[in-house]
Amino acid sequence: MVELGLPHSDPIADGPVIQAAAMRAIEAGMNTDVYFDVASKIRAQVPLVFMGYYNMILRRGLEKFAGDCADSGITGLIVPDLPPEETGPLRAACEKAEVDLISLVAPNTPPERISYIAEGSSGFLYLVARAGVTGARADLQESTKALIERVKTPLPKAVGFGISTPEQAAEVIRAGADGAIVGSVCVDLISKGDLAGLEDLIRRMKAAILEAVAVEAAGRI
Amino acid sequence: MRAEQIRSDDHIEMGADEDLMKITDASMTRFGRFGGQFVPETLMQPLKELAEAYSRLKVDPQFRGELSALLSNYAGRPTPLYLAKSLSRELSRKVYLKREDLLHGGAHKLNNVLGQALVAKTMGKTRLIAETGAGQHGVASAMVGANLGLDTEVYMGEVDIERQKMNVYRMELLGARVIPVRSGSRTLKDAINEAMRDWAGSYETTHYLMGTVAGPHPYPLMVRELQSIIGTEAREQILKAEGRLPDSVAACVGGGSNAMGIFSGFLQDEATKLIAVEAGGRGTSSGLKIADHGACLNLGEDGVLHGAMTKILQDPYGQILESYSLAAGLDYPGVGPELAHLVEVGRVTPAIADDGAALEGFRRLSVLEGIIPALESAHAVGFALKDPEALGEIAIINLSGRGDKDLATVMEHEGGEGI
Ligand SMILES: Cc1ncc(COP(=O)(O)O)c(C=O)c1O
Repeated sequence: MVELGLPHSDPIADGPVIQAAAMRAIEAGMNTDVYFDVASKIRAQVPLVFMGYYNMILRRGLEKFAGDCADSGITGLIVPDLPPEETGPLRAACEKAEVDLISLVAPNTPPERISYIAEGSSGFLYLVARAGVTGARADLQESTKALIERVKTPLPKAVGFGISTPEQAAEVIRAGADGAIVGSVCVDLISKGDLAGLEDLIRRMKAAILEAVAVEAAGRI
Repeated sequence: MRAEQIRSDDHIEMGADEDLMKITDASMTRFGRFGGQFVPETLMQPLKELAEAYSRLKVDPQFRGELSALLSNYAGRPTPLYLAKSLSRELSRKVYLKREDLLHGGAHKLNNVLGQALVAKTMGKTRLIAETGAGQHGVASAMVGANLGLDTEVYMGEVDIERQKMNVYRMELLGARVIPVRSGSRTLKDAINEAMRDWAGSYETTHYLMGTVAGPHPYPLMVRELQSIIGTEAREQILKAEGRLPDSVAACVGGGSNAMGIFSGFLQDEATKLIAVEAGGRGTSSGLKIADHGACLNLGEDGVLHGAMTKILQDPYGQILESYSLAAGLDYPGVGPELAHLVEVGRVTPAIADDGAALEGFRRLSVLEGIIPALESAHAVGFALKDPEALGEIAIINLSGRGDKDLATVMEHEGGEGI
């Protein structure tokens, strides 16, 4: 799956790397029209997912935005500043356009709220690996593994925030996640123009994850 | 279902003594269609804990006693309601000034920070973080941090640090650390972003001390209630002085805390006109990235900024614009959601005073009354000078702060060297 971020001037959930990338993109003329144009031109074999802040969606109009997602091949939306209490109107628009609205669970989300969030989510559930904002971290916290275990849902579970190495990705898979979400480190490589490095990193991530999945599957037999 | 639950959890018991809690509807996270909690999931739990602690404490006699003692003995409450004789003569009507400029620190900001810092301390937090634009809220935060023994760190845009060196020094003198914000436009809105990002990772030990009635629930409600002492006092004082309610109450609006503070005393008095004076800056137009003003109630549109649905300044795609005003405290591209609601339902009348009108208010009040107002408050004075008819026979202007901090700005504006 590829997450395509729409840059916002005030990204409150993002750390320095993605903030800086958003500023550069806005400076270079990126806006919502260009975004959907780019999205519709991407020919990927994997699903495309939107990531961006609520005001950008609100401004375009919820139904129009969800419709534009569907028309440009985007299958789901991740909106980090939209907790479940506020998702109602956008969820209705997404259902109408038949795209997923993916909810987030944080390490400090209480148990009863986890099920409330999971019930309202579609596509997959985004597990925020740690408190704070996006950005690479050297270590994977024990609390992240605990969170993966705590969240019980029929939806696939993907873990993000702070994952930057194949080892970390494999670790969350072994802990029971179905996917690892890697953002800042990719953005960083792109900003340096190191596309070969990016391809290499993604290949190594994929290999590490597939191996972790295989080991886990073998363990189950 | 869940939203309903949270609302009923939030529903606070109204005590007999209502002066700390003049509320329109405390059972909601919203004011009409404005407000709410548009924040990352990580912040939902800290906000819930804060809302619960606050609604418990505000009716707790011990907490109220402590706050009340600090407000009188440390901050200097009650502040006077002063009949400005020369200004009244000039405008051919009675104009009273609510003297928040006489509060410790030189502005109304201390009412809010004292309350929040006490809540934080009772919650067991050891560290305060705050955002600041002009530095006034940062200075007030640094004061309570020192007074209550809490570590205090203040986020401030790099551009503002350059503009407000004196306040940076004051904060440091008071033992706070000023953290330069280099992201985005490097001004107040980015300082708020940075404080929210910090809080998302530090909430276990840290309270985010928001400086105005903006942000996600419970901040707009809590800050308004903590500032409502201005309106409670002013209402009693005017009744004592005049034997009747004023025809109007005017206040400047940045985020809206001094305005909501004084308005809240008069919300039920339908015959009293409530005038919210916003910064007209250098004009009513907007560039691609910067608006020429800070007038969200007058010229803004619906949007989400800093966790609340409100009136904001934005471009056609939803990117937030920078605002502009000579008064740093009014230089904010959003406004408190409750004010957006009160304007929409017609209870509050929005007005504009531009830089020129504010400078006129700044000078005239100095000469007429021997009071140098903060450039922010000077917007309300400037509006009164420009449109006295709007005030009626008896008016109160909320003098939210004193102008000593603005001397360099005004001198520079006049083509002088500044200091
Ligand atoms: C003296 C004074 N008045 C008014 C304001 C504006 O804030 P608010 O609208 O929250 O009262 C500020 C903000 O720094 C201020 O320092």
